[in-house]
Amino acid sequence: MDELFNGTVQAVRLIFERDPALLEIVFLSLRVSGIALFFSTLIGIPIGAFLGLTRFAGRPLVIAFLYTGMGFPPVVIGLFVYLFLSRNGPLGGLDSTLIPELFTPAAMIVAQSIISFPLVAGFTMAAVMGVDPQLRQQVLSLGATRWQAAVTILAEARIGVLVSIIAGFGSIISEVGAVMLVGGNIESKTRVLTTAIVLETRKGNFDLAIALGVILLAISFLVNVMMLYLQGRTFHE
Amino acid sequence: MNDFTRTASRHAVEAERDGNMGSDRAARGRWAKRPPGTEILYALSGVEKEYDDRSVLRVDRLEIRQGEIFSLVGPSGAGKSTLLRLLNFLEPPNRGTLAFRGRTFAPGDTMPVSLRRRVTTVFQRPILLQRTVWDNVAYGLRLRGRRRRQERIEDALEQVGLTHLARQDARTLSGGEAQRVALARAMVLEPDVLLLDEPTANLDPYNVGLIEEIVRNLNEQAGTTLVLVTHNVFQAKRLADRVALLLEGEVIEVADVERFFRAPEDERTVAFVQGDMVY
Repeated sequence: MDELFNGTVQAVRLIFERDPALLEIVFLSLRVSGIALFFSTLIGIPIGAFLGLTRFAGRPLVIAFLYTGMGFPPVVIGLFVYLFLSRNGPLGGLDSTLIPELFTPAAMIVAQSIISFPLVAGFTMAAVMGVDPQLRQQVLSLGATRWQAAVTILAEARIGVLVSIIAGFGSIISEVGAVMLVGGNIESKTRVLTTAIVLETRKGNFDLAIALGVILLAISFLVNVMMLYLQGRTFHE
Repeated sequence: MNDFTRTASRHAVEAERDGNMGSDRAARGRWAKRPPGTEILYALSGVEKEYDDRSVLRVDRLEIRQGEIFSLVGPSGAGKSTLLRLLNFLEPPNRGTLAFRGRTFAPGDTMPVSLRRRVTTVFQRPILLQRTVWDNVAYGLRLRGRRRRQERIEDALEQVGLTHLARQDARTLSGGEAQRVALARAMVLEPDVLLLDEPTANLDPYNVGLIEEIVRNLNEQAGTTLVLVTHNVFQAKRLADRVALLLEGEVIEVADVERFFRAPEDERTVAFVQGDMVY
């Protein structure tokens, strides 16, 4: 219990002292997870909306893959990304500037985007499917194009869509296996909060590990509160 | 009590009374309005609609004229709502053709949005957006990118008597108020054709009276063609110029309202009008 108490005290001290090493780790964590969330949202919401609004042959199979992706172990995704991006891998071997190198923040962004994408798409699909199916017909009868109808339905499902983004963020800000594999936990380059916690625990610096854990929890909490605030009425309903 | 509420109340009483004994549009002098035109707006020929290989609609021939109130009556499951979806170009027929102002809608066709926007539907169970009443009424105009919409929205809200609720969340409205918002969001678009799918089912006599008054005014003043689906023969009798009976997906009889109720030709129409039809 002493370690937990000391860790919390140290977390507060580190935050107030604005420890440069800590700030670097925090900002890198937010940058990597933020960019990854941006990409997974950019791809996941349209795909989720498409799956929720349309019916086509093979849709159940696509949904089955999506649901599998939602529960896929991040470390396995990290392994696949590692193999694809490594020098001998199918993408790493291309030697293109468009392909991120291993042990860089870009590689970590790729891994985290793949981890969070199925969650964003899956929850968006469920949110869209939760909207009364009659609404689409009614907005079409008011003169909406198919595209306008899809945007309207997505807007009606906005609370669920925001939940999908929150779930996507939660899955990557706290993820450790994939970023450890593809990032390598290199100091001042690819070290993020989760990998730093693992490192400090292994070194026996439990106080510091707990301090980092408390900061990670605080960031996660603050981001979720911010998103719930954007969600507006949820707090009041 | 303002003029609007007073008129609506009178019609609410009439609606309630007619529910018991019926009324005659001609007898009450409503034929004083300008007669509907003779121009054919819709022409259906050999139209068939199927869902999962089950035939739900078979219309050999049906015409709807410009400016009239055309009522489709029949029991539940007769195909009335399916026909409305075809008339709103939301679905193409499986067979046959549907012509609207000279443009033909055939199997596999998608009607141009510009043409589809000349027709709109008020549904039995309106689904309003999670926005204010004002935003719901403005929705269709926004889709069309229309500017200077404030005056039109104000007019539409005034016509349905909901100006005082303009800033209210649409999800907090009663059933009657929600249906009036649905009517306002359709009317504000000034469509050539307004399709009404059981718009007063499950509403109290007061709201039935209000809605009937509004749609009647819309037809008489703006010349909007109305297609009213109802299983309430009294409502058809109160509002319609012509009436069609639909049974099991087929048009049994089409006639002027007076002849339809006074001297129907088909024995099934007789049974339906007299309330003898078991369904």
